[in-house]
Amino acid sequence: MMPTPSQTVGPFFGHALPYLHDWELVPEGHPEAITLAGRVFDGAGEPVPDALLELWLGHTGDGGALRRGDGLTSGFGRCATSPTGSYRFRTVRPAGPYLSVQVFARGLLRSLLTRVYLEDRPDPLLDDLDPARRSTLIATGSGDAYRFDVRLQGEGETVFLDF
Amino acid sequence: MTHPPYLSPAYRSTVLRAPSRAPVPFKADPDTIELTSPVFGHHEVGSLDCDLTRQHAGEPIGERISVSGRILDAAGRPVPNTLVEIWQANSAGRYAHQGDRHPAPLDPNFTGAGRCLTDDQGRYRFVTIKPGAYPWRNHANAWRPAHVHFSVFGTAFTERLVTQMYFPGDPLMPFDPILQSIPDAADRERLVSAFSMDLTEPEWSLGYSFDIVLGSTPLETP
Repeated sequence: MMPTPSQTVGPFFGHALPYLHDWELVPEGHPEAITLAGRVFDGAGEPVPDALLELWLGHTGDGGALRRGDGLTSGFGRCATSPTGSYRFRTVRPAGPYLSVQVFARGLLRSLLTRVYLEDRPDPLLDDLDPARRSTLIATGSGDAYRFDVRLQGEGETVFLDF
Repeated sequence: MTHPPYLSPAYRSTVLRAPSRAPVPFKADPDTIELTSPVFGHHEVGSLDCDLTRQHAGEPIGERISVSGRILDAAGRPVPNTLVEIWQANSAGRYAHQGDRHPAPLDPNFTGAGRCLTDDQGRYRFVTIKPGAYPWRNHANAWRPAHVHFSVFGTAFTERLVTQMYFPGDPLMPFDPILQSIPDAADRERLVSAFSMDLTEPEWSLGYSFDIVLGSTPLETP
C-alpha cells in the first residue's frame, strides 16, 4: 500500500505532545543516570526554539513507554526545545553503542532520524560515513554528562538517516 | 516519492531547516534499534483522552465530529495497540497555545489535544469539533485549510509519522504550501478524510474516516 505522506508538526504542538516527565526516562537519583543535552540549530546557525526531539533506547522499559513515577524507567522520551533551542534528557546508557533520536519541527515537512554515539568507536554506520561528517554523530562529554547538538543544515550538518 | 521534499521553498520555514545533504541508508543489522518501537499499555492512556469534547466542564463550541480509521503497515496489516495523538485549532481557528496570536476567540472548553491506542484491528476513534481555518504569515493572505494534526507510531521507530488530516471540499487546499509540498496529487488526496454518512450519528455528530498507512524501512544490504 502507498504510505501516507508526512506533514510538518507545525509550531503549535506544545499543548499536545509533551507530557509529564517526558524528558526523564529514569528518575532523578537513578544510579546509572546520564544526561544528554544540547541545542538545535538551523542553516543560519540560529537556535530552533520550536523543535521536538524524541529519544529511543530500543526497549520500552518498565511500565510502558509513557508512564513515569514510582521509580519506573522508560526507553522512550520527548523534549521540546526551549527558546534558546536547547533540550535535555535524563536517561541511562543504551545497551548498544548509540541512542536513536528523531527530530520534529516547524519547517520540517518530515521528521529527521539520527543517532547519538556516546563515544567514537568502530561501527558499520560511522565507518562508512564521509570522515569529515563522522563527528556529527558523536556526543561530547563523559561520565554522566553528554552534549549533542543537532545542526539541521549547512556547516557541520548532522548526518541524518534514510528511512 | 510520497513524502514532500524537505526543501519546499513555497513553505518558507523549510528554507533554513531542510538538510542540504542526502540522508544515509541504514546498514542491514538485526540489532538496529530503529527497527523496534516503543510499546504502549492501555493503562497509560485515559479513557476520555480520545474525546476532545469532554475534557472540560462544558462542551466546546463547534460542529461535533468523529474521526476514525485504521493504522496499517506498508503491507496493509493493522497496527494494534499503537499510540495515536491528535491536536488541532478550535472551531474559530485558534490553538490553545501561547504562541498563537491569531485574534480569534479561545474556547475555555476546548484544549484540542487527544490520544488513544488502536484496538487489535488497528482502529482508532476520536470525538472532537471541526477545526477552523486560520491565517499565517507565510505569504500575503495565507490561510491554512482546516486540519487535524496526527502523530502515529508503527512497529519500528523508522515508521514514526506525523502528518495532517484535511477535510473534503476545503477551498483552501489548493493554496496551501504545506499540503501542496507533496508533489503528487494522488498522494495529497490521501491526506483528505472522507465524509461518511455511515459514521455520522443521528442527532449527534458528523463522521469522517481517515486511514493511515505507514512506510517500510529501506535497508542497505551488504
